[in-house]
Parts: sequence; C-alpha cells; structure tokens
Amino acid sequence: MKYKSQQVAYWFFALCMLLFALQIVYGFIMGFARIGMDGLHDWIPFNTARAVHTNLLVVWLLTGFMGAAYYIIPEEAQRELVSVKLAYVQLISLAVVGVAAITGYHFNIWEGRKFLEIPRELDYLVVINVLLFLGIILATLFKGKRQTTTALVMTMGLVFAALLYLPGMIWFDSQVTDSFFRWWVVHLWVEGVWELIMGGILAFLLIKLTGVDREVIEKWLYVIVGLTFLSGILGTGHHYYYIGVNKIWLIVGGVFSALEPLAFLAMALFAVYMYRKGEKNHPNKIALFWTIGAAIVSFIGAGLLGFAHTLPQTNLYTHGTLVTAMHGHYAFWGAYVMIVLAIISYAMPNITGRKRHDKTNGHLAFWLSNIGMLGMVVALGVAGVVQVYLERRLSMDFMVAQEEVKIHFVVMLLCATMFATGIGIYIYEFIKYGRPTDEALTKNEEAVLVS
Amino acid sequence: MLSKSQARTFFLGGTVVTFLIFIGLTIYSMAPSNDQSNHQNITEQVIKGKHIWETNNCMGCHAILGEGGYYAPELTKVIDRKGAPMVKAILQSPIPWAPNGRKMVAYEMNDEDAEAMVEYLKWIGEIDLNGFERIVSPLAKDKIKD
Repeated sequence: MKYKSQQVAYWFFALCMLLFALQIVYGFIMGFARIGMDGLHDWIPFNTARAVHTNLLVVWLLTGFMGAAYYIIPEEAQRELVSVKLAYVQLISLAVVGVAAITGYHFNIWEGRKFLEIPRELDYLVVINVLLFLGIILATLFKGKRQTTTALVMTMGLVFAALLYLPGMIWFDSQVTDSFFRWWVVHLWVEGVWELIMGGILAFLLIKLTGVDREVIEKWLYVIVGLTFLSGILGTGHHYYYIGVNKIWLIVGGVFSALEPLAFLAMALFAVYMYRKGEKNHPNKIALFWTIGAAIVSFIGAGLLGFAHTLPQTNLYTHGTLVTAMHGHYAFWGAYVMIVLAIISYAMPNITGRKRHDKTNGHLAFWLSNIGMLGMVVALGVAGVVQVYLERRLSMDFMVAQEEVKIHFVVMLLCATMFATGIGIYIYEFIKYGRPTDEALTKNEEAVLVS
Repeated sequence: MLSKSQARTFFLGGTVVTFLIFIGLTIYSMAPSNDQSNHQNITEQVIKGKHIWETNNCMGCHAILGEGGYYAPELTKVIDRKGAPMVKAILQSPIPWAPNGRKMVAYEMNDEDAEAMVEYLKWIGEIDLNGFERIVSPLAKDKIKD
C-alpha cells in the first residue's frame, strides 16, 4: 500500500463481510421455507427474506466496488484521496440507508419491484450517497498525476451505474412499461456497466499479480469492455421477449444476448493468458486464485448458463422458473462476488501489513465456497428443468410441481452449508488480519515485482 | 496487431452505435401503434391494483409476466385459472392461504382493494405476450381465445 487514504477501503470491505454473512442467513431462511420448514413465516415471510437476500447482495457488492475504488484509484492516480473524512461520511450514510431499507422490508415498507425494492424516499438518499462517492473518486482521479485506462474504465462503470439507477425511479402506470425500464437498471447494471467495474478491478489485479506490462493488459481491457457493451446493451432484449412488448425484441434480444458469452470468454482467456505470460512469483496466491477463478466462473455462470436459456425458443419455457435462479446464482458468484473477494484478498495484506496470504484457511475458503456454490447451482438447475417439464409441458399445478422438486432444495441446503462454511472461513481470515496499520505503508514488497 | 487506440475506438464506437440503436428500438416499442398491452384499458382501479401489488411486494413470492420470486404461482392468467371470486376470497382471507402447506401472508384486504387487485390482474391477463400466454399457465390455455 502506497497511500494512507487507501486504508478507508478496509472499512468498506468490513461492511461487505457483515452484509454478505447476513445475506447467507436470509438465503437459508428461503431454502428452509422451500422444504416446508417456514417457522419464521409470521416474522420473516418469503417475500421479506427474498428482498433482503437480493438487496443485501446488491448493497454489499456496491460497497465492495466502492472499497475497491478507494483502494485502486489512489494507486492509479498516484495521490491520496481528496477527502478521507468524506469517504467515511459516505460509508456511514450508505450503511444507514441500507439498514433502514432492510429493516423496512420486515414491516411491509418497500416498493415491490424485483431487485429494486428499496422505497422511493430512500432512493433519493442513495443518489446523494453515490454522488458523494463519485465526487471523491472523480476529484482524486483528475487531480492525480496520471489517468490510467484501468482507472478510467472502472470510474466509467461507476458513473454509468449511478446514471442507470435513475430510470428505476420513474413511476409508470403500466406494468409492462415499468418492467421495461426496470431492466434498464437491472440488466444494464449486471450485464453492462458492472462488467466495466469488474474489468477494471480485474485489470488492476492482473497488473499487480502477474507483472505483465500495463499497456498490454489495458489494450485487451478495451476489447473486453467493448464486447460487453456491443452484446450487452442490445442483449437487454432477452428480458423483453414475453413481457408484452413488440416481437422485434425476439430477434434483437436473441441475436445479441447469444453474443454475450463472448465478452466473458474473452475475459477468461485474457486472465489465463496474462497469468501464463506473467511472473509466477507473487506471494499472494489466494488473491490470484480468486482473480483467475472470477474470470473463469463468470464465463461459465454468466456466459454459458445464461446462453443456455437466452434464446427465445428456450426462454419461452424457462422464463419465470427456477432455471433463472440457477443462472443468477452462478453468474453473480463468478462475475461479481469472486472479483470483490479477489480485491479484498489482494488488499488485506497490503492494508494491514500482515502477510497471511498463503494460509491453508484461505485455500479452504476458496474451494469449499466454490464447490458448495457449484452444488447449489446444479441442484437449482435440476429443480428448474423438472419444474419446466412438469408445469409447462405436463400442465401440472404449480404447487404439485413444487412438491416434486422439494428434494432438490434439500440437496441445495446441504451444498449451501458447505458454501457457508467456506465463506465463514474467509470472514474468519478477514478478522484475523486485524485493522489497518501505518507500518503497512513502509512495507512494499510488490514494487520490486511490478517494477 | 491491434493497437491500444484501435481497441479504444472499438470500445467507444461500439458502445455509441449499439446504445443509439437501443434508444431507437425503445422509442419504436413504446409507440402507441405497437402497443400490445391494451394501454387504453388501464383504469384508475388497475393503477390502484398495481400500487397494492407493489407496496405488498407480491412479486417477492409470485411472478407476473414471468418475473418474480418463483415461490408461489405465476399470476399472469390467474383470473382465467381461478376466477375473480376465488382470487378476491384469497386476498380477503383472515387466515393465511396455504395450498400444499406453503403459506401466503393473510392480507385481509377490504372489498375496494381486493376489487382493484382483480381489475389489475384482469388487465394483465389480456396482454399479448408473444405466445408466452399459452405456456406460462397451461391450465388456462383452453380458455385463451385464438
């Protein structure tokens, strides 16, 4: 770590760990409800658990992206953040808004739009919070000694993410129009601008961990984010097939969303190639595992599993079933969770000055969580395919079909236990690292490798 | 070999072109002549129903137009399948509706709110979904007019 203000990232990462743990707890509540063990129904009905589970994911990933930006931008711009105090104000206000929203969900206070459940009043506070964050990042970047492609791509992703939040705040009388513009936020975030943020973090990590020349990595970063937007923007059409809008989206969405895996394939090839091309002597092996893992798993989860049901002919049957949940879990895990865990794994030794980066626990956390998540995804996939067949081919009643797929949720819960154990170990390691220290500023072994 | 500036041009050019096409297609889709949702049938009651749908986060369990929680039945064609009186009764029940033991929140809606929900669901059920209306709820398929 070169700049003291990078320490602020630690507290963002700490909030990530807390919210991630909570998200898993609510995931278990949902899983048990699906097998009939819904003893918490009177206090936490399924719709509350679901809203909390998905919104915590969004909030903690955004918190992770913000922490990553506070860590990466000073190093890329070669100067301290313009204001550490304001960064802490931003963190605290983000946590307060998040807690208020989550608490409200337990008292039937929400907007009830999938992924955008946060009430409109709190939306305005989110906007102020994000503006403050962007102000700090942009001011730091443009006052800095240099503006690198990595920093610019990442910042562009963060600015677009903020702008795209706005269409989700408009009220529409029609459910169709509402749904149409809700996807401007949700799809263009996760299959568009978030990939810029992911690409930026990935490029930063590859530069640091492999020692490959920045110019080479950043050139391919442009190609990857170019492919992302080229396919992802018009790929939004795969959400418009069957919601009551024009048939033109069947063609446009079908063609462009079928191209979406290309960006993820490029990202996976890029990461593996850079690793093979680069130095192999960076001591932080755990960060390397998470980095390369993110690139590969995102290709499988977001790319291949997305492709599996993105064509209109398939989606006609899978739209609105557990098949979507299967894809969603592995896509978010690979593309965004793993990259945030990668930057945390990379930054922690540098922020705290404690080199705990090749402990058995770290490897255990990686493999247990990855195998557990894979098992969960397979269980969800099987449940989804069975649901499609029984409900949509054999005209079986929804609840009768649900009874038939119950067993797959037992399997999912078992795999989720393995996954949670892995994440538990990751959080334990995070805690063991301790707080940021100023002596970390003087330890800079990496400079030798990268220079 | 591709240079960095060519790669940047590919990124910026591709983004601008696809975004402009996307905006064009959005305008085309939203044109009244391309409406498939019977927009003119959106009454005050339908709007109220949508508001109730959202403020109770019904989408957290149910799905509509194929979007939602997958924990409770798809409701796009629920009026066809169950009939308006049954739907009203479930919404007004003081005891949680629990088919096969899976509980719904007991909303105990008043007559006015339950009626608005029925009108909203009726409007949803009439939307042209590019063929999905025949798949999403096969039990209602026989009742869909050609």
